[in-house]
Amino acid sequence: MESQNPNQTTDADDAFVRFRRVTYAPPGVSAPIIDALDLEVRRGETLVLLGESGCGKTTTLRLVNRMLEPTAGEVLVEGRDTRAWDAIELRRRTGYVIQDAGLFPHFTVGRNVALVPTLEGWEEGRVSGRVEELLRLVGLDPGKFAGRFPSELSGGQRQRVGVARALAADPPLLLMDEPFGALDPLTRSTIQREFAALQRRLDKTVIFVTHDVREALFVATRVALMRAGRIVLLDTPEAFLRSEEPHARAYRETVALPKDL
Amino acid sequence: MNAFEFMLRNWREVMGLTAEHLLLVAVSTLIAVAVGIPVGLLLTRKANLKRPVLAVANVLQTVPSLALFGFIIPLKYVGGIGWRAAVVALVLYALLPVIRNTVTGVEGVERSVREAALAMGMTDRQILRQVELPLAAPVILAGVRVATVISVGVATIAAAIGAGGLGTLIFRGLRQYDNRLILAGAIPAALLALAADAGIGLIESRLAARRRAATKANVVVRQVVLAALAVLILAGAGFAVWSRSAKADVRVGSKDFTESVILAEIYAQALEARGLTVERRYELGGNLAHDALVAGEVDVYPEYTGTSLMSILKHPPATDARAVYELVKSDYAARFDVEVGPPLGFEDTFAVLVRGEDARRLDLKNISDLTAHAPRMRAGFGQDFMSRPDGYEGFSRAYGLQFRGRPREMDLSLSYRALAEGQVDVIAGNSTDGMIATLGLTQLEDDRHYFPPYEAVLLLRRDTLERLTPAREVLQRLDGSISTEEMRRLNYEVDGNKRPAAEVVREWLRSRGL
Repeated sequence: MESQNPNQTTDADDAFVRFRRVTYAPPGVSAPIIDALDLEVRRGETLVLLGESGCGKTTTLRLVNRMLEPTAGEVLVEGRDTRAWDAIELRRRTGYVIQDAGLFPHFTVGRNVALVPTLEGWEEGRVSGRVEELLRLVGLDPGKFAGRFPSELSGGQRQRVGVARALAADPPLLLMDEPFGALDPLTRSTIQREFAALQRRLDKTVIFVTHDVREALFVATRVALMRAGRIVLLDTPEAFLRSEEPHARAYRETVALPKDL
Repeated sequence: MNAFEFMLRNWREVMGLTAEHLLLVAVSTLIAVAVGIPVGLLLTRKANLKRPVLAVANVLQTVPSLALFGFIIPLKYVGGIGWRAAVVALVLYALLPVIRNTVTGVEGVERSVREAALAMGMTDRQILRQVELPLAAPVILAGVRVATVISVGVATIAAAIGAGGLGTLIFRGLRQYDNRLILAGAIPAALLALAADAGIGLIESRLAARRRAATKANVVVRQVVLAALAVLILAGAGFAVWSRSAKADVRVGSKDFTESVILAEIYAQALEARGLTVERRYELGGNLAHDALVAGEVDVYPEYTGTSLMSILKHPPATDARAVYELVKSDYAARFDVEVGPPLGFEDTFAVLVRGEDARRLDLKNISDLTAHAPRMRAGFGQDFMSRPDGYEGFSRAYGLQFRGRPREMDLSLSYRALAEGQVDVIAGNSTDGMIATLGLTQLEDDRHYFPPYEAVLLLRRDTLERLTPAREVLQRLDGSISTEEMRRLNYEVDGNKRPAAEVVREWLRSRGL
């Protein structure tokens, strides 16, 4: 990517997102939700945050695009503290996909996908061209789907539109919060495969939250296993499968179990 | 003649009042929307304001409408009598549904949608305009719908403070014991409420239909603007009808009973016969006529010396008619720059009334004859009689009366009805009331001379008298021109024979060569 700070170390150059001793402990909560977290997300990788509900995965994600701000430590995106970023600018160059897609029910599919380009003031022809391109990219026929409303789509189709919307302005960074969590198993595995293929083509930096270990191992460049606001293991899927870390083993066993049946 | 025939025959007045009513509702609803939606949106942004503001709006909603009008009248700038005060009260009533539905509608937007909007990098303003408002629009519109229907209902009460509208007919009907008048006011009001409900319902469903075909978020905004414009146009039409009599030489007021309207109409028609234009602001309740006179909102209205003496000037009760007249005249000149015209020739004092059959059966002639029977009789008195210094308290003491239970406090016109229907046995009416003959009631003699003199007079602003010579001339011509019997007959023509006051007055003026 273009503008890089010459004062940054090579190590930092490689990190698209970096957490430095980040704590998130809002007032009135007994234990911090994120506890002195250190994390580096490398340019172009898909980092999966894996863990049980409440372990702080989603909070970690929200700290990246400044939906939340750390109570201690700092989160750097492209070498710059999120608090130094203009929140709106930061979010417009950060794609975001959530579990139930969060499509605007009063917008057509086309308008949903066009949201960020429109906000960014692209001219109309360029926007509609981009919408077509993206709908094709996620496997939806633009002529058939652009004019439909979200209520007229299946869950899988909605999620594809959600991904298209997140990619619309070609953001270098993509945040995905259990994006396929609400889909039935068949749709889910199809869309996971397609996403993995897409990711190889697009070369985005992706932070992907899930509690599904199969999904994590399937899409991840590296897996970060989270527990109580900390990362207990951070490694490649292959290393994760060999790890003797007790929680990693526990997760592994949930995957292995069906093979005994 | 049934209510529909009555409406057909008086369609011009019914239409005029309907237009007034519509204007009141339209203006107050528009203001409530213009204020309520921004306030509601603010509350969704400032969580700590939500509870207190909604609590205040809730309390406003529970204040009975007449009481709310009462609070508003003495306020500077927003208060007073007539149209403006009515609009203020209606706006206060309409605010709660608008504010609450705005809050509910915006808060009802799905969390994931709001979350996505924020994460896509929309500013707060963009989220509000492109996401929250369009998605909340149906709920907000439902609130506007409720507010409008409430306003149509509450606006009938506005007649009590001289703001006109269909309530004028309802109140007149209650006073004159005339169901046709009540229906002539109530039916159009009900139709208005239904029409408003259906009309806004239509906009709601069109909005839902448009959403399917929408290409731009502005469509919803444009719909709301269109709806507002439609209401404005309606209001403008209403205003055109309503403002025909805007610029008049003299504004004649009256209190809210038949006799006062007749006296005011006599003066109004006599002035019109001399080529002046007259605006009529009749049927002002309580002391509103006085307030309006002092405030210069009316130039003249009929009053009674005893009422002026005690209710307005706050003097203690007195019995000598001449002395009371002179005292009132000099006080009005000094305090209000108002001229008290010469006595019109009759007194309208409190009349203690029982049903004719009771009077014959119990041989009742004087009020003191009541003393023995009172413990078995139920009394019903107007609010006025219950509260004034020469009213119930002194009266019951002077005659040693102890009724069965506490007297029921009710509207004066309703008390006639209650007496006739046997729900109460004694009431205090007016001595010149046409209803006394209509309903076959017997007036008991004030044998201990408890009630002060109530000579009918006209009160006029001095600046009006100086401005218009015919005003004084007519005043002189009316000196002593109406006897008690004559007044009772005129009242009976209107209340008993259900004839329009204007027509009765025209005949009377002609017979007098005025």
